[in-house]
Amino acid sequence: MKKQLSLIFIFFATILVQNGCQKEDDEGSRYTKLVWQDEFDVDGSVSTERWAFDIGTGAEIGLPGWGNNELQYYSDRSENIQIKDGNLEITARRESYNGSSYTSAKIHTKGIFQTTFGRFEARIKLPFGQGIWPAFWLLGDDSNGTVVWPAIGEIDIMEYRGQQPTIIHGTIHGPGYSGGNGVTDSYALSNGRFDSDFYVFAVEWGPDYIEYYVNDILYNKITPKDANGEWVFNDNEFYIILNMAVGGTFLGPPNSSTPFPQTMFVDYVRVYSE
Amino acid sequence: MKTVYLKFMKRFIPASLVLFIAIAACERSVDGLSEPTFTENPIVFADGFSSGLEYYPFSGTKLNAFSVDNQSTYGNSSASMRFDVPNYGDPSGAFAGAFFRDDNGGRNLSSYNALTFYIKASTASTISEIGFGLNGEGDKYRVGISGGLRVATFWQKVVIPIPDASKLTQEKGMFWYSTGPVDGNGYSFWIDELKFENLGSIGQSRPYIEGGNDSNSSVFEGQDYSVNNVGVTFNVADLGDISVSASSSYFNFISTDPTVAAINADGSVSIIGGGTATITAVLNGVAATGSVAITSIALAPEPTRDAANVISVFSDKYVNSPVDYFNGYWAPYQTTKGQDDIDVNGNKVIKYSELNFVGIEFQGDKTIDASTMTHFHVDIYVEDSLKAGDYLDVKLQDLGVDNIFGGNNDRAGTVRLTASSSPSLINGGWISADLALTRFAGLSTKSNLAQIVFISDGKIANVLIDNMYFYKE
Repeated sequence: MKKQLSLIFIFFATILVQNGCQKEDDEGSRYTKLVWQDEFDVDGSVSTERWAFDIGTGAEIGLPGWGNNELQYYSDRSENIQIKDGNLEITARRESYNGSSYTSAKIHTKGIFQTTFGRFEARIKLPFGQGIWPAFWLLGDDSNGTVVWPAIGEIDIMEYRGQQPTIIHGTIHGPGYSGGNGVTDSYALSNGRFDSDFYVFAVEWGPDYIEYYVNDILYNKITPKDANGEWVFNDNEFYIILNMAVGGTFLGPPNSSTPFPQTMFVDYVRVYSE
Repeated sequence: MKTVYLKFMKRFIPASLVLFIAIAACERSVDGLSEPTFTENPIVFADGFSSGLEYYPFSGTKLNAFSVDNQSTYGNSSASMRFDVPNYGDPSGAFAGAFFRDDNGGRNLSSYNALTFYIKASTASTISEIGFGLNGEGDKYRVGISGGLRVATFWQKVVIPIPDASKLTQEKGMFWYSTGPVDGNGYSFWIDELKFENLGSIGQSRPYIEGGNDSNSSVFEGQDYSVNNVGVTFNVADLGDISVSASSSYFNFISTDPTVAAINADGSVSIIGGGTATITAVLNGVAATGSVAITSIALAPEPTRDAANVISVFSDKYVNSPVDYFNGYWAPYQTTKGQDDIDVNGNKVIKYSELNFVGIEFQGDKTIDASTMTHFHVDIYVEDSLKAGDYLDVKLQDLGVDNIFGGNNDRAGTVRLTASSSPSLINGGWISADLALTRFAGLSTKSNLAQIVFISDGKIANVLIDNMYFYKE
């Protein structure tokens, strides 16, 4: 019954938003002031005033496979990342490129935009297929390399296994609760798919709490008592990352039935403060 | 029947009410909404036949294979559909198969995206064909699960996605199946909760034609080409990828040259001009993988000689002299396949494939007296590309005065055709060979001709032949 009610609610909310009648009241949200955004409205390449690229396989910085046995080579070519028709498109391809069998893209705001607390949201239509691993996440500043992961903190707003198109995951990693032991919860659609439509993925992050939302539905709230270690989310600045990995320990490699190319469509990324 | 209907209404009225309020709150007018012409009833069989549903077994099947079962049902439903597949040799029918049709005029299924049901069988098996859209009235929007449906001995949910539901505004074919025994043994399977649904779990439409391959085909002008192996693969969350075969009518086809290959309303392709054209397709806005490059083959030029001066062996222009065969399949060395079995709107054509040698024979009272003739005519179309040294020999065999093989008076002669002979062989087009009988060295008698033999080097393997006749100038 609960499920049915929430479904109806989603439908109701969707119709209201789509018709632009009135926005659902963000009940309890303290973060209403838009402080950073990229609407991806101008076709072409990604703005380097807002984003920086990570290039390669991670081996360049001593982290082959980006620490997760990922298989892709990140490039900044338009084949892998571009803005088109009002969306950021990050595209994973099966191709031989600089010694890798797959290419994709990863952008971040490290040193460009970093902040503490707020609402971080992105409207995304996800890709599909075994071994496709897109993510929208935040990483804590490393104080010029003096603090290392997981002590810097990591807030995964949305992670997704392409082979499970109805489920997304929200996780935090910190000292004592990282990797497979991160504090995590999942959100599953009962009658929809994340690769069929756009969904808004968000966290509202404040002192001693991180709340996880899909389309304004709160599905998890993490507080220091949930973390099996030091809470590292009350003073450090965090930056935004968007990427799409191929393969990796989180979900396994692609197989012959994985359709390529696969594209993650991002309508916007917005950050609100108090 | 009433119970089913009421149950359905109870479940769905609140949701549609909410939907209506939501829309009404936002939009000023709901004008323009017209009543659907045909019922949108999604239920095919729940606790019994839905309104209008009739059962039509295929001919040759066990006619009483289907029954309504009140024992083995899914959940607590009061009835299920039971199908009894006969044993091998069962006199009542060799297999089980039927379609279930809505005989109230059809249903509007355009708001659904799948046919779903629960199924189990008395033994693990694969049901060869199962789907919807088969209605005995053209089967325009037929769909079946590719490769059959594997069934276990416990209830499992099955989802058969609709390739493009917007086409199904008046579909009568609610459900169909066809299957035979497993290793000769019959068995039973049950289906329950058979209905159309709109599932959010279906996505990733990946249509294909020609099995997703880029294929080639040669088609005669005037003939139609049916695009093969048409279907679509969907992903269903929790169930994985599901492929269905689909009628061409679901697809929009595109021809790179409509003056060569024109697309018909039913998705077939008519070859109407010379040249080549590539056919691709789109399903509901998604480009299909696969294509077919069609090379149009014109018919050979029609003979113009006066019938009074002609003895014809194979043509549509003249009365033909009778033959024993157009391919003797001579054992053991002949590989050549094909004979006079191509008919393009009444124009017969011979196609030989895997050609090494092949003989056309007309013995006994069928032998041809060409003693007053001066030439042998044959039209030849070589489909293979020609390489240096490739040849096609045309051999004429005469039996001599005794009119039987052997007896030391058999005479034969051969003309070798190559890329540099007169006439010269070409690839992908007809040539008309008018061969003076004097060129057949050794053919000193020609009053009892009994064979025309074609011999190739094996590299020229695919050859079309038309208009074989003797004539005098």
